[in-house]
Amino acid sequence: MDQLLSKIAINDGHGENSAFFDGWKAYDSDPYHPTQNPDGVIQMGLAENQLSFDFVEEWVRNNPKASICTEQGANDFRDIAIFQDYHGFPEFRNAVARFMEKVRGNRVRFDPDRIVMSGGATGAQETLAFCLADPGEALLVPTPYYPANDRDLTWRTGIKLLPVICESSNNFKITSSALESAYNKAQESNIKVKGLLLNNPSNPLGTVLDKQTLTESLNFTNNKNIHLICDEIYSATVFSKPDFISIAEIIEENPNCNRELIHIVYSLSKDLGFPGFRVGIIYSYNDSVTNCARKMSSFGLVSTQTQHLIASMLSDEVFLDRFIVESSKRLGNRHSVLVKELARVGIESLKSNAGLYCWMDLRRLLKEFTFEAEMELWRVIVNEVKLNVSPGSSFHCSEPGWFRVCFANMDDETLMVALKRIHKFVIQSKGINVVNEVPNSRKQYRRNNKLEINLSFRRLDGIMMEPHKMSPHSPMSSPLVRART
Amino acid sequence: MTRSPVPDPKDEPRNPTRTGMRLIVPLQGVVQGRGGLILGSIIPCALFYFLQFYLKRHRSSPPPSPPSPSTSTGNLSELPRSSSRANLSSRGSIGRVHVSSRASSIAKPNDSPYYIGLDRVREDPYDEMSNPDGIIELGLSENRLSLDLIEKWLEENFTNSMLGVGGDGLGIGGIATYQPMDGLMELKMAMAGFMTEVMGRTVVFDPARVVLTSGATPALEILSFCLADQGNAFLVPAPYYPGFDRDMRWRTGVELIPVHCRSCDNFALSITALEQAFNQARKRGQRVRGILISNPSNPVGSLLSRDTLYDLLDFARERNIHIISDEIFAGSTYGNEEFVSMAEIVDSEDTDKDRVHIIYGMSKDFSIPGFRVGVVYSFNENVLAASRKLTRFCSVSTPTQQLLTSMLSDTSFIQEYLKTNRRRIASMYDLFVAALRGLGVVCTKSCAGLYCWVDMSRLISPYSEKGELDLWDKLLNIAKINVTPGSACHCIEPGWFRFCFATLSENEIPIVVERIRKVVESCKPPV
Repeated sequence: MDQLLSKIAINDGHGENSAFFDGWKAYDSDPYHPTQNPDGVIQMGLAENQLSFDFVEEWVRNNPKASICTEQGANDFRDIAIFQDYHGFPEFRNAVARFMEKVRGNRVRFDPDRIVMSGGATGAQETLAFCLADPGEALLVPTPYYPANDRDLTWRTGIKLLPVICESSNNFKITSSALESAYNKAQESNIKVKGLLLNNPSNPLGTVLDKQTLTESLNFTNNKNIHLICDEIYSATVFSKPDFISIAEIIEENPNCNRELIHIVYSLSKDLGFPGFRVGIIYSYNDSVTNCARKMSSFGLVSTQTQHLIASMLSDEVFLDRFIVESSKRLGNRHSVLVKELARVGIESLKSNAGLYCWMDLRRLLKEFTFEAEMELWRVIVNEVKLNVSPGSSFHCSEPGWFRVCFANMDDETLMVALKRIHKFVIQSKGINVVNEVPNSRKQYRRNNKLEINLSFRRLDGIMMEPHKMSPHSPMSSPLVRART
Repeated sequence: MTRSPVPDPKDEPRNPTRTGMRLIVPLQGVVQGRGGLILGSIIPCALFYFLQFYLKRHRSSPPPSPPSPSTSTGNLSELPRSSSRANLSSRGSIGRVHVSSRASSIAKPNDSPYYIGLDRVREDPYDEMSNPDGIIELGLSENRLSLDLIEKWLEENFTNSMLGVGGDGLGIGGIATYQPMDGLMELKMAMAGFMTEVMGRTVVFDPARVVLTSGATPALEILSFCLADQGNAFLVPAPYYPGFDRDMRWRTGVELIPVHCRSCDNFALSITALEQAFNQARKRGQRVRGILISNPSNPVGSLLSRDTLYDLLDFARERNIHIISDEIFAGSTYGNEEFVSMAEIVDSEDTDKDRVHIIYGMSKDFSIPGFRVGVVYSFNENVLAASRKLTRFCSVSTPTQQLLTSMLSDTSFIQEYLKTNRRRIASMYDLFVAALRGLGVVCTKSCAGLYCWVDMSRLISPYSEKGELDLWDKLLNIAKINVTPGSACHCIEPGWFRFCFATLSENEIPIVVERIRKVVESCKPPV
C-alpha cells in the first residue's frame, strides 16, 4: 500500500529520522522526574519559556471575562464561536500590533491590517515559503540555524534552503562576503535564490543582530531583488544589552529600500510562553503577499477563543509592561547562572543576551575536531550524563563542538541537578584524551579533582529566582511529535 | 466547406482550456485539400500556442498605476492599501518584486461568486436593528440554531479546570506549553466518542485513528498532500462544495476532476459516470489517486446509500485508489433516510481499509467554526503517521482542546444536543422550503445539511451559466441576499442555487421571501 501514498507522505522531509531526534526519543523513554525518576534524562533541548507562567495565570484568574468558559465571559461565547472570518478579530490584530510595537520600544508602528494569522510560527514560515518561492527555488539561511527550518520551509513547499556559512572566529556574525558567496554558489549551481531568512534574535546563538548586519542584509537583498524574511520570534526574550533592533526600524532608516521585499514572522510561543495556543503571525510589507498569506491562513487560523483571550491580555498595558520587565529579568538571571556555572568547569559559551538557550563551546571535550566526534560526545551526554542538549551539527553549524543548551523550560531544582551532572562529567572527562588546542580558544582555567562543588551550589541558591516549577512531564504518546525546539 | 458545430455550452465542462479546442476544431475544416488534416491541425495549433506564449510574456508587464497617493516612507500607518504594482510604479526604478507563481494566482481577487458573495456580505451585513437593508447571508453553511444549547451547558458546567487555573495539572502551565501536535489524547478520546454518537452508534471510532487539525480545511489539505503528488487528480462528484477547489488544490498542485450528476437522477452519483471520468483521465495521461465524496453531500443535501458506498469501495479497489469521505454534516441529518458512514462499510470488510479516509469537523454539526477543530480519521497507518507530523502546521489551540474535551465527554449532553439540533434543522428546512414553494420555487428533497438545493432554472435567461450568474447578481444586489450559484459548485446544469437556512431565525424567513419575491417576479417568463 505504500506506493499508494504521495512522495511527501513517504519521504524524509519531516526530518524526524535524523540523529537529532534520538535525543528526544531518549528523553521520552526516560524523562527526568525529581522523585519518580531522578536518574532520568533532563530535557535541555526544548526552547520553551516557562519562567513566567505565574504572571499569566494570575492575569487569567483576575480577568475572567477574557475566557469564554467563565460566567463573566460566557455572554461572548456565541459571537466568538461562530466567527470564522480569516481576517481575524480586529481587536486581536490591534492588540498584537500594539504588543509588537511595545516590544520594539514603540520605535516603529505596525498596521493591524497587515497582521495575518497562521498555525504558529511554523505555519507562518511555511506560508511565506509558499508565497515567495516556487518548488526548486531557494532561500539563503545563515548557519547555525533552527533545525526545523528544513522541515517547515521545504517539506511541502518543495523549495531548498542554502546555508550562509558563519564561523566562530568572528562569533558567527553574518558577513557580506558570506552572503555574496552563498548567493554566487547558488547561481553557479543554477538555483534561483528568492530570499534570505534571518532569525533575530538568533536561535541557537542567542545574539541579536546589530544595525550594521541588518543594514548590510537589507542592502544585499535589495541589490539582488530578493526577499528578506525576519523571524523575530524571540524579540521579547532579550535580557541585557545590546538592545534588540527590528528590521522594521532599519526600514525606517533606509527610506529608499524596497519594502515589498520585507516580511516579518512572529509568534507568542517564545516571548509569552504560549506555544500551545498556536498563535503565529505574518507581517508583510507586500500587499500581494499579505493577501495571499491571508487566504492561506484558512489552513491555520487561530481559534477565536484564543484570539479573544489574547486580545484582552495584550490590551492590558499595565500587565504587559510588568510582564516584559519581569520575564527579561528572570531569563537574564537564569542565563547568568547557567553561564557562570559552565564557566566554572571551563565551558565557555557564546556571549549572548537573548533567547532561551546558550550556545556552548565543547570543542575541547572532543576527541578529534570532527562531526563524528561531536556526535560521539553528544551520545555520551544524552545516554550517560543524561542531558538532552542539541548538537551543533543539527543546526548545520560549520564547525564541530558547539551545543545548544536550553535553560528556560525547567525549574530551579532541575537546573541545579543538570549543572551538577555537567560538572561531574567535565571533571571526569579530564581522564579522557581530549583535544588540547582548539583553534582561537583561550587557555581554560582547570580545576583539580578535589573541587568544592557544594560551595558553588550554595551561591546558586542565592541567585536563583522563585517561583519553583515542576519539570515538564512528557505524557506524549508519540516520541516523534515535538514542536519548535 | 463547413465548420464543425461549436460544442453545446451545456455539455461542456467549465474548463478554460477548452476554449482553445473551440478554435482549433472548426479551423481544421477550413484547410482543405491534400495534407488538409495535418496542416489543418498544425497551423491552428501553432497559432494557438504562439498566442499563449505571447500572452504569457506580456501578462507580466505591470498595468498602469491607478491614482493612489505615493507613500511617505516615514509613516507606516498611512501605507495605502492599493495593489503592490501601484506602489512599484510610484517608486521609480526599483525592480519588479517576484512572488511565487502559486501566490500570483491565489492573490488575485476572488473571482468565484462563492467568495465574492461572502466578501459582499462582510462589507454590508444584514442586521435587524442597525442595518435592515444589508445583505442577508444565505451563502455560508453555518448552524446558528442550537448555540443556545451549548451556552446553557457552559453556564451549568464552568469549572476552573477549563480555564487552567487551580494548579491541578491542567494549569495554564500545562495547557499552554507544547503538546502533541495532533491533539491531546483526552480530546481524541472525546472526539472518537462524539463521532460514534453522531454517526448513529453503528460503528465505534477509535481514538488512535483520530488526528486533530485546526479545522476541516487543513484536514483535507493534509490528505491531499499525503495521497497525491503534484499533477495527480481526484474524482469529485459534482456539484460540490466550492471550498474543495481551495483545500485540495491550491498549495498541493493536485487537480479535481468533476464527475457530473444530473437532476434527472436527483443528482445521484453514478458509477458509470465515475468510470467514464476515470478512463478519460487516464487517456489524458492524468493519474487519478482517489475519489473525494461528501456524505451528506454539499450542496445537494442527499445521503449516499449503503449500496453506493459498497460500489464505491469496489470501484476504488479495482483501480487501486483512495476514497476520502467528507462526513462533516453527518450530525445534521433530519430525514427518514439512514446515514451510513464509510467507516461502517470498512468495518464489515476486512480488506481495503487502507484506502479509506474520513474528514470530520466541529464547524457544522456543533456550530463552532471559530474554534477551528477538524479531524483526519484514517484506517491507513502510514497516512496517520504522515498526517500527525503535518499537524505541526495546523494544530488545535489548547484552551479550545480543554473546553471541547469537557463538553464532548458529557455523553448525555451530546445525545440531547444531537437530537434537538436535528429536530430544529428539520423544522427550519420545512419552513424555508414551504416559503420558497409559495414563490413557485422548488428544491430537491434533502435529508441532510444546512441548506437546500433550489431549482431556479425556469427563471434564468438565457439558459446558461451567464443567465444563472445574472440571476445571482440580481439576488445579491437587488434582493440583497447572498446565495451560492450552482456554477460555483461546478454544477453542469445551469439555474441551481444553494440557499443556506440554518443561520436564519423563523421571523427572518418572511423577510427573505419578500426580497426574493421582488426578483422572482421580474424574472418569471411571460405567461
